[in-house]
Amino acid sequence: MTRLLEFHAAKWDEPIVMEMGRPGGRGQIFPEPEAEVSKAVGADLIPSNMARKDRPELPEITEFEAQRHYLHLSQMTLGMMGVSLFGTCTMKYNSKTSEYATLRPELAEVHPYQHPDTLQGVLSIFHDFDGILQSLSGMDQFIFQAGGGADAAYTMAIIARAYWADHGMLDQRTEMITSIQAHPCNPATAAAAGFKIVNLPLEENGYPSLDALKAAVSDKTALIMINNPDDMGIYNPEIKEWVRVAKEAGALCFYDHANFNGVMGRLSARELGFDACMFMLHKTFGAPKAGGGPAVGAFGCCDALAPYLPCPVVVKSGEKFILDNDRPKSAGKVREFWGNVPQVVKAYAWTRGMGAEGIKLASDISVVANNYMDKRLSEIPGLVISNPEISVNRMEMTRWSFAPLCEETGVGTVDVANRMADFGIDPFWMSHEPWIVAEPFTPEAGELWSKEDIDLWIDVIAQITHEARTDPEMVKSAPHNQPIAQVKGDVFEDPEKWAMTWRAYQRKTGAIDRTERRRQ
Amino acid sequence: MPTDTKSHPWMALSAPGAIDAMLAEIGASTVAELFEQIPQDHYRKTPLDMPPALTSEMELRRDLVTRLKRNGDCEVNLSFLGAGVWQHHVPAVVDEIVGRTEFATNVWGSYQSDHGRNQAWFEFSSQLGALLNLDVVQLPVYSWGCAIGHAMRMAARITGRSKVLVSQLSDPERLSVIRTYCQPRDMDGSIEVVTLAADPATGRLDLEDLKAKLGDDVAAVYFENPAYLGTIESEATQISKLARAAGAETIVGVDPASLGVITAPGDYGADIVTGPVQPLGVHMQCGGGAGGFIASRDEERYVRTYNGFLVSIAETQREGEFGFGLACPHQNSYGMREDGNDWTGNSTYLWAIAAAVYMSLLGPEGFAELGRLIVSRARYAARLLADIPGVSVVWPDGHFKEFVVNFDSTGKSVAEINTALRTHGIFGGKDISDEGLNLGQSALYCVTEVHTAADIRRLCDTLKEVLA
Ligand SMILES: Cc1ncc(COP(=O)(O)O)c(C=O)c1O
Repeated sequence: MTRLLEFHAAKWDEPIVMEMGRPGGRGQIFPEPEAEVSKAVGADLIPSNMARKDRPELPEITEFEAQRHYLHLSQMTLGMMGVSLFGTCTMKYNSKTSEYATLRPELAEVHPYQHPDTLQGVLSIFHDFDGILQSLSGMDQFIFQAGGGADAAYTMAIIARAYWADHGMLDQRTEMITSIQAHPCNPATAAAAGFKIVNLPLEENGYPSLDALKAAVSDKTALIMINNPDDMGIYNPEIKEWVRVAKEAGALCFYDHANFNGVMGRLSARELGFDACMFMLHKTFGAPKAGGGPAVGAFGCCDALAPYLPCPVVVKSGEKFILDNDRPKSAGKVREFWGNVPQVVKAYAWTRGMGAEGIKLASDISVVANNYMDKRLSEIPGLVISNPEISVNRMEMTRWSFAPLCEETGVGTVDVANRMADFGIDPFWMSHEPWIVAEPFTPEAGELWSKEDIDLWIDVIAQITHEARTDPEMVKSAPHNQPIAQVKGDVFEDPEKWAMTWRAYQRKTGAIDRTERRRQ
Repeated sequence: MPTDTKSHPWMALSAPGAIDAMLAEIGASTVAELFEQIPQDHYRKTPLDMPPALTSEMELRRDLVTRLKRNGDCEVNLSFLGAGVWQHHVPAVVDEIVGRTEFATNVWGSYQSDHGRNQAWFEFSSQLGALLNLDVVQLPVYSWGCAIGHAMRMAARITGRSKVLVSQLSDPERLSVIRTYCQPRDMDGSIEVVTLAADPATGRLDLEDLKAKLGDDVAAVYFENPAYLGTIESEATQISKLARAAGAETIVGVDPASLGVITAPGDYGADIVTGPVQPLGVHMQCGGGAGGFIASRDEERYVRTYNGFLVSIAETQREGEFGFGLACPHQNSYGMREDGNDWTGNSTYLWAIAAAVYMSLLGPEGFAELGRLIVSRARYAARLLADIPGVSVVWPDGHFKEFVVNFDSTGKSVAEINTALRTHGIFGGKDISDEGLNLGQSALYCVTEVHTAADIRRLCDTLKEVLA
């Protein structure tokens, strides 16, 4: 085994910002209105009954103190500073070139309601990137309004609504069919859009059976929403047949292409028969995740669904790019404006930086790396792969389980995740609810990481399983060199104790501030 | 794909021989073998049709910058556009912090390994709570319109009722999102969106119409402060009293940049408060700076109906130490799929950090100064514009940073005027003539702290020239 690197996280014992500062402290100053302004309009311009009388209880600190405080907080965030093989999220390098490009005033200080003549640069990027995604999926039109993968699923649901309403069948086509293994956002958004949800269970092959689908589809089915491969790394080889069966029953078929990394350039959603799909730009296409957005679910569909797309749609008219708002059948908006524009620019940059060959190579690498991981993980006692009886090579990620280890030592997946951070390794993704696999963890190597990174990650897992047998308490009480010790979870479901703001915390605990605390 | 070409800077295993070495360890002889799960007839037949790769950073940068420079921006031009995205000053420290790679690229670790980020999130909620005078603030959802949509669905869950009342002078952009969230009439769980008349003299809600429409079927009344057309809803207390008497929730939308000078919504009876995050230190980014917060009092009936991430402070196993984690994590779609509250996912959480830094930089005095500066300059602009022959301001007093300018008597359309202004490097206010608001040829002008008196005079001088 390679020697594990020594690591210790930064710890700053940083106060809550609300406890910092001193009366009159300032981090920003705004000038007084010009004399001509004050002379013309006077003071007290807010109607007296609406004029704020109390002083908001905000910190009063200097510019430097704010900078230093938040730099300290950034240093107490592991982020991708170690090795992050966070499954279902396809961790990639987020290019600084594109980050800096989007910080330029030519994008940062641009307003979405500017006349399109003054937006030709960004519109050209939208248009050309749409073309790239069309090529990757076979769809006819993409939009970028959705603020994440879930929002793109929601976009599908409202387009299905508009489609069936337009066909006079919304009262009949009321059901959405998906797999119990699908990402929760598929059933959740369809339900929020008013559809009833039919969840198909997994069967011995690791995916729902074609028979189950056949039994579920009917003239009530509005749409099916499905991802493939799933988070176990299993590809449903009957997917073409699924789509055929669903369409025969009249349903729309949506491909949640969040797990695209292993099949980029190999599959085309349209050629498989799907009517629409979504890509996650903050995942597969190299835009950063930023701890949970701004994100983009790029939604693409075939011509038959295009009239129902949320507006605006970027199209080329002659030599110019325009924002098409004239879609009388549009399903309405899922979000204001046309999307998280900088993230779209970064995703465009990623595809240009990779090129068609690079994208295919990335897909190769991500599947090779995952199979390498599977090989090495299978050699560690206490771990078991999901669906162990399925012996085929998995796709770009695999769900694993610590169930045997847990049975033997009492150390489960949450304990291991906590302990990983002690080695400077980001805790892994476990699994979405419901946990079909016990004590789950789901690594995904993607194309970024080196063999050394992957080996280190696996060595850390091996080390922790060893520790679980020799010193389980140490693992269970981890982490030991992170900025804080384990958080006590008792308050999170307790209305008397949870506190989502400092003012709530002070009210509930009579908390004294830090200076006081230190004195005691 | 040959592995003996130049390796790619973003892929370690693209180095010559690297894949083959891995294959050897796996015991596979070709990459294709590893794709054994995919049936042959699933593979795409059409080749990829993509523009040539720009693998060198130099070429990539050149392409991006060349394209972006074809945009006209609001630094080179003088812009008076607002309506949901506004040009405000962004302190440099905010840019530095949100650009930190730890914050920009992290995903989801443990409460310990994400401690710094989680604290920044808690500080977002804490500081915004101080501005709103409310105890619960959720991490932001995708946008203000989405926040309103979720808030209305919360109200429907709380009251078991299915009608919401909104002003007839609502922003069509936000309203379109609201209608999406409230869904079509003939579907399960739909919420009917009914418009309330506005007083033509003030732009504020017509309370008589509100009284007439408030009944035991109304889940919520929604109003904004300041509203879409800039007006301040000075009868806010009255509105929330009327709503409460009818058993309805009061949902308010506020511009956080106004809260140094305008009463906190928690103090005039708001039950659920929404608003945009973008004014708090987020660049406009062509609309990519959008994000929407939801806040309420700390009562279980509200807390249990939120859809997203509520970050709570907590103790750790070490005496005297704070940590942070998610309160009520099981009620969202991660915990309960289709049975959770609406849905959640990746959102706009980086902007929570931007806003936290911004609020800590401004402090109470900064917000007061900012509010005074904005309202003074906006009022000044309204005065000067109204002095131009043919130009009038629809509600000249009682607005915050936005106001409606009417051009009916100039004989020119807003579109014509804005085209002419553009040739002078000025982006006129948003054309609202076609929004069904019955305000004739009107534009919504936005003036903030970035507009100096000289900028405002330049606008007026240019307008005079354009209208002459
Ligand atoms: C398969 C799948 N679909 C959808 C989503 C939802 O994406 P988001 O979190 O951007 O809403 C995810 C998230 O990881 C996913 O893995």
